[in-house]
Amino acid sequence: MTLAAAGHGTLAAAAPQGFLSPTGVEIAFVLVGLVTLGAAVVTVTTRQLVHAALWLVVALGGLAVEYLLLTAEFIAWVQVLIYVGSVVVLLLFGLMLTRAPIGRSPDADSGNRPVALAVALAAAGALVWVVADAFRTQWIDLDKPQGTTDVTGSILFRHWVLPFEALSVLLLAALVGAIVLSRRNAARSDRDGAPGGRTGAGDSDKEQR
Amino acid sequence: MNDALDVALRLLVVFVVFLTFPLIIGQTEHKVMAHMQGRLGPMYAGGFHGWAQLVADGVKFAQKEDIVPAEADRRVFQLAPAVALLPYLLVLLAIPIGPGEGAVGEVVDAGIFFVLAVMGVGVLGSLMAGWASANKFSLLGGLRTAAQLLAYELPMLLAAASVAMAAGTVSLPGIVAAFEWWWLPWQIVGALVFFVAGLAELQRPPFDMPVADSEIIFGAYTEYTGLRFALFLLAEYAGIVVLCGLTTVLFLGGWHGPWGADGLGWVWTLLKTAVLAFAVIWLRVTYPRLREDQLQKLAWTLLVPLALAQIALTGIVKVAIN
Repeated sequence: MTLAAAGHGTLAAAAPQGFLSPTGVEIAFVLVGLVTLGAAVVTVTTRQLVHAALWLVVALGGLAVEYLLLTAEFIAWVQVLIYVGSVVVLLLFGLMLTRAPIGRSPDADSGNRPVALAVALAAAGALVWVVADAFRTQWIDLDKPQGTTDVTGSILFRHWVLPFEALSVLLLAALVGAIVLSRRNAARSDRDGAPGGRTGAGDSDKEQR
Repeated sequence: MNDALDVALRLLVVFVVFLTFPLIIGQTEHKVMAHMQGRLGPMYAGGFHGWAQLVADGVKFAQKEDIVPAEADRRVFQLAPAVALLPYLLVLLAIPIGPGEGAVGEVVDAGIFFVLAVMGVGVLGSLMAGWASANKFSLLGGLRTAAQLLAYELPMLLAAASVAMAAGTVSLPGIVAAFEWWWLPWQIVGALVFFVAGLAELQRPPFDMPVADSEIIFGAYTEYTGLRFALFLLAEYAGIVVLCGLTTVLFLGGWHGPWGADGLGWVWTLLKTAVLAFAVIWLRVTYPRLREDQLQKLAWTLLVPLALAQIALTGIVKVAIN
């Protein structure tokens, strides 16, 4: 969304800016960015499963602070609401329901480590390159708020309606898929005479495998 | 310099409110429960009407040894009470108690989102406590907490969205400023859904399955003692303050009163909040605990459809007015 805000021509300030003599906000942005990056690295390297989920909270929260520093207030709170408040809670719920030992889990590692590292580096490189190349000359004027609910709403529903609707359909498809999976599971356990028809949509997709 | 002083003063006031209001609610709960259920204990300490009961509780908590179980995950275990308590302090910053800039800690543009987002974070504290205690009862409590949060977050958000639609803004002072008396019947379903879902999110009876003391001891807080346990209790009372304040601001018109007194707006806010807090305590002493499946069923089959119906109604009326 920051991209959307920055990409929107009227928001970019015309005045030339330099990388030298950074302002306080820029310094804070870099520092919070380093913390976020550090937390993200710990998330994928720690051997303690639940700690990984909690470091993910730090990383996602750091991202929300970055949005705040860019004055995209609405996006920041939505980030906290959806990711920290719901996604991580769901993640912890799943971990506790299945396996959440205290201490290290040596078997939590997989042989995909080098491949995952390569993919992550490639994705990060591509993203940084594309974003830096696309928005190199544009600057957001941080003195007045740019990402208020008002601005975000009008940009989203005037310029980005189609992607928004496409995402809605995608989420709807995921929802329908989850219901189908859980219903098939319920029907099968009824046939087997085993109780288990009450499992929620999230669990059933795990039980399928 | 003046700005810094202003900010410091606001933070100080919010902090004092954060420290005192939950204690007032706690004391009220002692007394109301004592009267409603004929409990003699809380009426004894200190003489007249047992006024010193809360002080005695505080001293008791402070004296107890701070124990971390040997098998527990130390750092997460010790961090959990802070994670549970601090979000409510942040939320208090954004709740306006009167008209104008002076009566709110900090004007947040997307106030509703801020408040609901940060309240959701508080539940992470219970989850961390439940997992890190290395206790099966605690883990069960943590699981129930997570399931409950996931079920009740949605109706709460939908009900809040309905008011935001009615007011045409997501800023809390903006919503109260736009309030008219006929919003009360218009948004009554949303108000009930919000309040009930909020009670469930705070794990207050009748939605206290995660801490059901007769089955899983005290849920996620089983292993906690002394001050850390007191912090969890404080978080619950701070949660009551926040929930009642929010319901007042969103649905009951905040500082608007029958006589529209400009200077006394904050009295109305506090009065409405206090009445709601009394209702919260009243519900605790009156209703039996819901079973886990009843809890989930209530959220998914009753509250979510009601909240959606409220949003539809809000939309229709809004279009009709314009």
